[in-house]
Amino acid sequence: MHEMSIAQSLIDILREEMAKHNAGTLRSVRLHIGQLSAIVPDSLSFCFEVMTSGTELEGAGLIMETIPLKGTCRDCKQTFEIQDYTFECPECASTEIDTIAGQDLSIVEMEVD
Amino acid sequence: MKISVVKNILEANDRIAQENRAIFDKKGLVVFNLMSSPGAGKTSLLEKTIDGLKDHLRMGVIEGDIQSSQDAERIARRGIPVVQINTGGACHLDGNMIRDTFEDFNFDDLDLLVVENVGNLVCPAEFQVGEDFKVMILSVTEGADKPSKYPLMFHESKVLLINKIDLLPYVDCDIQTIKKEALKINPHLTMFEISCKTGEGLDAWYSWLKEAVRSRGVDLKGK
Repeated sequence: MHEMSIAQSLIDILREEMAKHNAGTLRSVRLHIGQLSAIVPDSLSFCFEVMTSGTELEGAGLIMETIPLKGTCRDCKQTFEIQDYTFECPECASTEIDTIAGQDLSIVEMEVD
Repeated sequence: MKISVVKNILEANDRIAQENRAIFDKKGLVVFNLMSSPGAGKTSLLEKTIDGLKDHLRMGVIEGDIQSSQDAERIARRGIPVVQINTGGACHLDGNMIRDTFEDFNFDDLDLLVVENVGNLVCPAEFQVGEDFKVMILSVTEGADKPSKYPLMFHESKVLLINKIDLLPYVDCDIQTIKKEALKINPHLTMFEISCKTGEGLDAWYSWLKEAVRSRGVDLKGK
């Protein structure tokens, strides 16, 4: 249940960004959740709802998009979707793979008034 | 009004972890983050490792548990510096909790600091604490399906210690399947088969750990 800590970090960043843009109301926030990150979207939604209830952020929508794991092969430079968490190049079978997407947990957009 | 943000949600923790790391580097201290499910043998591994390497390097331990100081007491009996963190419910350690222990250590007297994380196969993998590398333990009683069920921790770890191999005759666990599944997720994973009960396989782990500490420029006694 580390979604509680994640929700707290998220709220801290949202407050900071809202102050920066002189925004009073948060309508929604869009998140990218990497496939490899160990986040359960429903738990995060629940924690966010509980922690924002009764605050200026209450009612804000949390829109989460799961980002598939993608890698680039250092040997043949091929970019591909990593299937079944197998870090091996489907072209040349190299295991020298740089993860380029699907590991991070990020805020990408906020809608405010 | 839409605002484009693009910010890592864990950036605050990552920043503290980097600050911790800078302090460790300045003190020439190697740090690893030890993770596993509850009961896989983290504290037993540390007890063995402290005894096995006491003539070679100076160790300190941070013990992370939700509650109780039993683990810290076990480590303290070995006569090395140890600090217990009780998270009071939180399922993982973070950079801030580690930073709060610094005043209780004298880093000049240490070569290696081990952070024993809260027993949990999920959450600790998501939070950096400032470590050089992560080590995880999987015991054979947990089953060979764990790598594919908990990919993040296997992906993030540098070393996988497969513990309790003395129990292999009594459990339905194929060690080759564990290795194959773990290597799919992390092809560069270093693996050791060990038993903290019988001591089997631990010498190879000690050698690897000594080399890892030495390769970071720490001068070891005894060799």
